[in-house]
Amino acid sequence: MMTLNEDQRLLQDSVRPFMAEEGAIKKQLRYWRDINCADGFGHSLWKQFAELGLTGIMIPENQGGAGLGSVEAGILLEEIGRNLTPSPFLTTAVAAVRALQGSALAERWFPGILAGETVAALAIEEGKHHDPANIALDARRQGNGFVLDGAKQFVVQGGSADFILVAARTGGSPNETAGLTLFAVERGAAGLEVENTQLADSSWAARLKFDKVALDADAVVGEVDNGWEPLSRALNAGRAGAAAELVGVAAGASELTFEYLKQRKQFGKLIGEFQALQHRAAHLYGEIEIARAASLKAAQLLDAGDEKAEMFVSVAKAKAGRVSALAVQEGVQMHGGIGMTDEHDIGLFMKREVVLSELFGSPRFHAARVAELSGY
Amino acid sequence: MADLDSFRSETRSWLEANCPAEMRTPMRGEKDLCWGGRHFQFQSGAQKQWLDVMASRGWTVPDWPTEYGGGGLSPAEAKILKEEMRSLGCRPPLTSFGISMLGPALLKFGNEEQKKKYLTEIARGEIRWCQGYSEPGAGSDLAGLQTKAEDKGDHYLVNGQKVWTSYADQADWIFCLVRTSTESKHGGISFLLFDMESPGVSTKPILLISGNSPFCETFFDDVQVPKDQLVGEENKGWDVAKYLLGHEREMISGMGLGSGVGTGASGVMLGPVAKPEDPLLRAEIAAFDVDALAFAAMSERFIDQLKAGEAHPAMPSMMKYAGTELNKRRNELIMAAGGSDALEWESEQSKGGKPARDWLRSKANSIEGGTSEIQLGIVAKHILRLPGA
Repeated sequence: MMTLNEDQRLLQDSVRPFMAEEGAIKKQLRYWRDINCADGFGHSLWKQFAELGLTGIMIPENQGGAGLGSVEAGILLEEIGRNLTPSPFLTTAVAAVRALQGSALAERWFPGILAGETVAALAIEEGKHHDPANIALDARRQGNGFVLDGAKQFVVQGGSADFILVAARTGGSPNETAGLTLFAVERGAAGLEVENTQLADSSWAARLKFDKVALDADAVVGEVDNGWEPLSRALNAGRAGAAAELVGVAAGASELTFEYLKQRKQFGKLIGEFQALQHRAAHLYGEIEIARAASLKAAQLLDAGDEKAEMFVSVAKAKAGRVSALAVQEGVQMHGGIGMTDEHDIGLFMKREVVLSELFGSPRFHAARVAELSGY
Repeated sequence: MADLDSFRSETRSWLEANCPAEMRTPMRGEKDLCWGGRHFQFQSGAQKQWLDVMASRGWTVPDWPTEYGGGGLSPAEAKILKEEMRSLGCRPPLTSFGISMLGPALLKFGNEEQKKKYLTEIARGEIRWCQGYSEPGAGSDLAGLQTKAEDKGDHYLVNGQKVWTSYADQADWIFCLVRTSTESKHGGISFLLFDMESPGVSTKPILLISGNSPFCETFFDDVQVPKDQLVGEENKGWDVAKYLLGHEREMISGMGLGSGVGTGASGVMLGPVAKPEDPLLRAEIAAFDVDALAFAAMSERFIDQLKAGEAHPAMPSMMKYAGTELNKRRNELIMAAGGSDALEWESEQSKGGKPARDWLRSKANSIEGGTSEIQLGIVAKHILRLPGA
């Protein structure tokens, strides 16, 4: 069924007001931005997430979590998107948890995530575009462990993370999925240089340099040379999650905009009376509904372990990215001059959208992937 | 759940046993559809047999009540039947405006006698219906219709003209919007049913840019319609009309899904076109596939929302708009992929100009059943509640 079941609806009914209140733009995004916080999010909110059981939403029940899936995470992420709430939820509670799931390292890191004390980051990208198989960062064996040399970028919350999941090459050559190994690198590892950079949306990501970073063998997530497997799990969950968050961004931006159309007067009329704007607003509404359906479908297929899941995750990420871009562009345009000011929130949606669309693959990347997976 | 599982396996084996092999081959086009009706020429014995076995089980209209010729299936069972038919490649046994448009309206607004008579005929494929809505002066402004029905005691006397009546020249009966009062625009419309063989009814096909004539002009000259063929109350036909339009829009929105679902040859939703060598075309097809697959998810969600009573009444307008715009884009891409091959109008290799004719036909999708602009206006007014919409 493509409607929410009762438990999912209850979850939505509880997180929607929570995020609107505690995760509100003024209380979180603007607050941390305006005091120049180098994390860009509040650890206290992450703690509140934990108290509500949200940080462990995807952690299996026998390890203390809620044992839920991408559909439930998506319900939460849509609200996060709607309120532009900065938090480590997507990278830590969704992507990193899925990567660690079933590995020996789960026991090491899950308790901290459950407690809202641990933040994780993913270090995948080596170029300016998402290209997860194109990895050159070198991990060579030394004694019982490994030594890492190379660089990563666009490591979201890399400066705040207690551990970073690093995709490195132990075999094969760039663009091959075989020969990759995923490592969990702890904060402060010797030889790891972290350059924390603020992005357009006031969130923080890091550029990392690995200079002979020595790791024990137990830093390996899963198996050596088989890192594509946990990485794919993280990517699928991360992409589906980002799609849901993008739907939230689109919904939040459009709600502000539709409201504005009912308030702003020009030529003695509410601007929402002009058909030129009505039709664009109606088109946008439909596109957001479609993106939400695609996002839900992808999450359901992922949770069911369906073979079409990968394809649909790409459909959802591409569609949600495009639609969210439309929502923020129409949003700023329909707000007119006020939409260009920092004082108004609509511009913040535009800035969040551009970051989130790039994260885990742009709409172009995912459309190309749909073509590849379809055999053309 | 166990019940549904056994329903699925029983349904599957019944379909395997009863669906003729020929009816499990892909349709070659609109001409392979079974429309039923008094004068329908079956393409083959298999086509007739398939209609008969499905009708006898009520599965031409699986979710209608059994007393009106339906299958009496629950929404979940109907969905399973649809899935099993799709996975076995079964063609639809019957396609008709009776099933997709009039039936749902009669189920809601018809009296018991009307339901018994008309729904049963529709379910069995005995009567083919056409829709008398648009008029030369009433297109987007449908409620401005002028076809007049005068009260003559035991009957109405109908005079006027309809246009864009799909397959009027092949239909047996018409469901028709008429004006029974001039005092109120929307409140002076009634919903009548009558036989196209009634004296005074005539039709004239309209030649379209596709070279085909699926639509007609329909003329009424002193047509007598018995009063028991009024659906709902006199002057309250607009409610019936709107409800029916919702179903029409749902039906048309399905076109956005195309017929190539799952063929996998090239664009997933585009159908079997050759692998595009041109990178720009490939990019456009990929972007289309993203939109089309997302819309397929939306269609699935919309149906589930309808069944759960969670769909906004104006959602069919959104679906109709999105689906038809998508279908036009699909046809544009098929033309682009086909190059000069797709320009041939009569040749055998183009199957009688199928790509070009389908492309031209698709342009009507965003006009018929309410234009895209009308649908956007409905969404703006009823869902977004924008002022003055």
